[in-house]
Amino acid sequence: MPYKHYILICAGTACESSHAQEIHDNFIKEIKDRQLESDVQVVKTGCFGFCEQGPIVKILPDNAFYVKLKPEDVKEIVDENIIKGRVVQRLLYSPKEDKGRHQMTDVANIDFYQKQFRIVLRNCGIIDPEKIDEYIARDGYKALEKVLFEMSPTQVIDEVSRSGLRGRGGAGFPTGLKWSFTQKTSSDVKYIVCNADEGDPGAYMDRSTLEGDPHSILEAMTIAGYAVGAHKGYIYIRAEYPLAIERLNIAIGQARDYGLLGEKILGSNFDFDIEIRLGAGAFVCGEETALLASVEGERGMPRPRPPFPAVKGLWGKPTVINNVETWANIPVIILKGASWFAKIGTERSKGTKVFALTGKINNSGLIEVPMGTTLREIIFDIGGGIKDGKQFKAAQTGGPSGGVIPAEFLDTPIDYDNLTAIGSMMGSGGMIVMDEDDCIVDITKFYLQFSVDESCGKCAPCRIGGYQLLNLLEKITSGRGEMADLNKLFKISQAMQKASLCGLGQTASNPVLSTMKYFGEEYQEHIQNNKCRARKCAQLLKFEILPEKCVKCGLCAKVCPVGAISGDREKGYVIDQAKCIRCGQCLERCKFKAITRG
Amino acid sequence: MQPKTIRAKINGKNIRVPAGLSILDAAKQAQIKIPTLCKHPDLPATAACGLCIVKIKDSKKLLRSCCTTLEEGMDIITHDPEIVEVRKTVLELILSNHPNDCLQCGRSYYCELQKLTADFAIQEELFEKIVKNKTKDTSTKSIVLEPAKCIRCGRCVEVCQQIQDVWALGFLSRGINMRIAPAGDLETANINLAESPCVRCGQCSAHCPTGAIFEYDQTETTWAKLRDENNYCVAQIAPAVRVAIGESFGYPIGTNLTKKLYAVLRRLGFKAVFDTNFGADVTIVEEATEFVQRFAHKKGPLPLITSCCPSWVDFMEKYIHGAIDLFSSCKSPHEMVGALAKTYFAEKNKIDPKRICVVSIMPCTSKKFEIIRSQEMFSSGQQDVDLSLTTRELARMIRQAGIDFKNLPDEEPDHILGDYAGGGTIFGTTGGVMEAALRTAYNMITGENLKNVEIDIVRGLQRVKEGTIDIKGTKVRVAVAHGLGNVRYLMNKVLEAKKNNQEPPYHFIEVMACPGGCVAGGGQPYGVTDDLRIKRAQGLYEDDRDQKVRCCHDNPYIQKLYDEFLGKPLSEKSHHLLHTSYIARKTYLK
Amino acid sequence: MGKLTLDDLRKMRESLKNEMDKRDGEKDIRIVVGMGTCGIAAGAKKTLEAFIEDLDKRSLKNVSVKQTGCMGNCNVEPTVEVFMPEMPATLYGNVSADVARKIVQKHILERTLLNDHIQDKPSIDIVKH
Repeated sequence: MPYKHYILICAGTACESSHAQEIHDNFIKEIKDRQLESDVQVVKTGCFGFCEQGPIVKILPDNAFYVKLKPEDVKEIVDENIIKGRVVQRLLYSPKEDKGRHQMTDVANIDFYQKQFRIVLRNCGIIDPEKIDEYIARDGYKALEKVLFEMSPTQVIDEVSRSGLRGRGGAGFPTGLKWSFTQKTSSDVKYIVCNADEGDPGAYMDRSTLEGDPHSILEAMTIAGYAVGAHKGYIYIRAEYPLAIERLNIAIGQARDYGLLGEKILGSNFDFDIEIRLGAGAFVCGEETALLASVEGERGMPRPRPPFPAVKGLWGKPTVINNVETWANIPVIILKGASWFAKIGTERSKGTKVFALTGKINNSGLIEVPMGTTLREIIFDIGGGIKDGKQFKAAQTGGPSGGVIPAEFLDTPIDYDNLTAIGSMMGSGGMIVMDEDDCIVDITKFYLQFSVDESCGKCAPCRIGGYQLLNLLEKITSGRGEMADLNKLFKISQAMQKASLCGLGQTASNPVLSTMKYFGEEYQEHIQNNKCRARKCAQLLKFEILPEKCVKCGLCAKVCPVGAISGDREKGYVIDQAKCIRCGQCLERCKFKAITRG
Repeated sequence: MQPKTIRAKINGKNIRVPAGLSILDAAKQAQIKIPTLCKHPDLPATAACGLCIVKIKDSKKLLRSCCTTLEEGMDIITHDPEIVEVRKTVLELILSNHPNDCLQCGRSYYCELQKLTADFAIQEELFEKIVKNKTKDTSTKSIVLEPAKCIRCGRCVEVCQQIQDVWALGFLSRGINMRIAPAGDLETANINLAESPCVRCGQCSAHCPTGAIFEYDQTETTWAKLRDENNYCVAQIAPAVRVAIGESFGYPIGTNLTKKLYAVLRRLGFKAVFDTNFGADVTIVEEATEFVQRFAHKKGPLPLITSCCPSWVDFMEKYIHGAIDLFSSCKSPHEMVGALAKTYFAEKNKIDPKRICVVSIMPCTSKKFEIIRSQEMFSSGQQDVDLSLTTRELARMIRQAGIDFKNLPDEEPDHILGDYAGGGTIFGTTGGVMEAALRTAYNMITGENLKNVEIDIVRGLQRVKEGTIDIKGTKVRVAVAHGLGNVRYLMNKVLEAKKNNQEPPYHFIEVMACPGGCVAGGGQPYGVTDDLRIKRAQGLYEDDRDQKVRCCHDNPYIQKLYDEFLGKPLSEKSHHLLHTSYIARKTYLK
Repeated sequence: MGKLTLDDLRKMRESLKNEMDKRDGEKDIRIVVGMGTCGIAAGAKKTLEAFIEDLDKRSLKNVSVKQTGCMGNCNVEPTVEVFMPEMPATLYGNVSADVARKIVQKHILERTLLNDHIQDKPSIDIVKH
């Protein structure tokens, strides 16, 4: 016999720390007291998000969502909601009260418990990606139908233009405009390319989309082919994505079998086919001109723009190149219409954005939010806040090309222009959350190391500039920094931004400029005080023995691998800073917490 | 219709320039020089160095002027504090990745990086020095790669792959480790340049902005030979040297300095001074005879293909094996002079050929290799040519010797291997060998000389020149290509016809490996452009016009040579001394 | 299946939709396993196998096991969603082979939710327009 009600209690860290356990116990007790055990099940769940609203309880199938509960509220909920079936209004989450943060426009339309409002990820996690029938059943290839039989190419481009869709690969170029360039360029052959060379550290949005919904990309590319007059498409995907490749191959095979790719698609006069090209994982091949060179079989090095690929791309032919997420939007725009799409998001950034949320966050994962959602909503509501209750320090977006967003911008609505204005960028959608234990200079070094490793080496500003920046950061984090180095960092960063050939080089110094802007004092601390406040930079650490706590046992001196600790059981022990290699073994082994790290 | 000219502004100045120019080139017309280390007039823009940045007025973004086309109405700023600062930083970054040991660098004084550093008045090293890979690759003994000095401008790769179609050089690795290297030089294979498809044309060294690719310098070896009293050192100068050496001493481009060269070589210590032009005359007599045999007497396959360019020979041996039997067996002119110096000249002057040291002054890096390329280069019993120097090396020797080149008196060459006809001197430019050979072949077939010996259809810088020469009713189809990248087109036609047993598309083909021919050879003074190629060639055509004898076979010393020594063209003796053979070689030697 | 015409595709979509609606209404139970790279890396293949074996062992013929792509809850992979009549559609996280067997026992047979593995994200639905 099934239960009549399910009481879901959030057992995330934040809720746990604010009486969630007591609330849970109270529910159990109240249910038992009323002998409802066979009708109601009380369960603990993973973090709901919304941690600032905790503790949180959700009741099914009533879909009542209670927030900021106190243990004494439990009785009322059981009496009213469970027994009488009346939702306790005063305890419900009220978006109106929360309006300042959530920018709700139309509260009445919110269906709390429907599946996520997803455009790009609409089928991910729902359909079997290896079955074309499941895609078709969820209106798959319906947009293609509409395009082929009801719309002219110009109408298609017009629809995409009016939707306001901008490229999701990073720079945010208007997609419709890009297509119109290719459409207007007369050429016997044109190409459609899908950039699936996702490479930002921490980013896996495109991989998930391709693995979860490969047909949406095929459908979108075919639509673009029809719109601009191309008959051939390439998907450039990194070889490190074997599952995505396998599913794409299956999908292409199925689409060909059904006549959704190939000659005379669905009996129309339009031919289109798609091939997969594997990349060897060079990050720079995500840059569109380098990607095209790689598809052509050349070394993946960027080419000067202009000419832009839309006019002169693959093998010199006009080529539309968009990334996976951009493509995934297309069928929905065609089916639901430009004006529907344009209602979502902010004035200049329409639609949704997928983020891969990682770092010091409770609920890491793949999320899709409307443009204009604030960082606070993403991190604290969806992401469940910072791990272990630590302080939020900054979020990094845009990967190695982006910058950090410090706490002061938590309430800035996220869209292309706002992110650029605060020195970061949308990028492809990696979002890495940092807490107080992350050293900003160290993080910057990490991103820069990535760009330096991935620079193709063609142009001097990027090749040498990146390497020199890394040298300087290395110098600063190892305690050899000079104040003059800050000027050098700035000088090189500027030159790289202005004089590098491609996006990789032009943006590789963004992490430096952005962290220097918002966390300049941490740089100064490293240089002037030899101090790393996050205690990440090993060479700046100072281990010291606190005489008042030390019991003179001598264990630290014994474990020190370099003999930096001297003394005896009479006088006590001291650490010779000149000899100390900052391995931290003494600190680990001291049972009396007599050794500090600072 | 595209307008033929466009109007734009550069630094506030209105300009009207032909449509399609890059901003970089258009700026020159406004008397503005935008600095660049990677763009070369011969080559498409690689956009590598990042120095040529400019901005459109009121725009923040900087553009690369080398690869951005000037468009109607653009308002360009080429110099402002921000642009100059960025350029300077980029230059400082480049310098941090360069050894900066200018004093010990062969390219010092002619180095584009050095010059720009001086222009920007950079006086300190701001950034940490990163110099890796100090090894030199001297394997070819013609061209030296010194990767530490490379600024990765990509010109060498561009010229090697796109212009020359040789593909010996490529980019390897990435990031700070990115380098130009013999293609296939992976960590495991470790191929050096001599093992690569390199044909030693030296165009890479002529286009390199720094000392990263440099001729294999043999000035010291030459001095040693000259100082050794036992040696009887003789020199010869190639046709193209005489119209280029002057650039190193402040003469206008294309000035013909033949007689000053004779003088200076004697001052350097050479006991006799010959002219490769004489060798060119001999080559023509031999080659024209070969042509007439094949063409008029049907003895041997057609087309006959010229063989005086060693890089072309090397290219054919590596890439076009099907053409081996089509090649003229003639050695190149300086090899002929070398062989004759150690036989004919030695006998006549009673000098022990073992004592004779032949030094060739060539516009060419490839000749350094040619002199030992096969046993046939030792036909006199000795190595026929002992050393081959480039024009650039000779200029250095003249300076080292402290000779005031400009004020030297004119001198005459040593006879029997020194006097030349007009036909010999035009060997130095594309089409010249063809023209000289046709003058002589015409005579051999008809018994009389052409009325107008100047054959315009084979002159000029078109990439491939094709035409028909009328020899009293007989049509001779000829083709001329220069720049190895232009060869493929001709040879495909030839090999296709050969495969299908069809009438060959041409009867006679001339190829010179370097664009423009030897006047723009890999060993010539720096800064080659098409304009300069034309002017140097013009110097040679004027030299031809100034000669009393225009046809090689009319050179009295040639007639004397055959009378006294060789007998007749293609005689056994001339075969032994003046001809060679070819073999198919692997493209990669490793 | 041969090449489709426009009509074929439309008819096919209708019948597939009907079939799905019917399936949702019937007593069928669906277990959907997230099989993206992240899920597979976290052991989703073993989870999938455990479901199949366990259902087989218990001869539960009305339960189908399907794969899908990433559900987005990467911190609790492998993730599994269970659909069955009279129970809320439930997303479980950290579903090891053991947990999979528990889901069959508890959720499907006993109609009881499993403690500590439910991943509900009401917040995601609220933070949207």
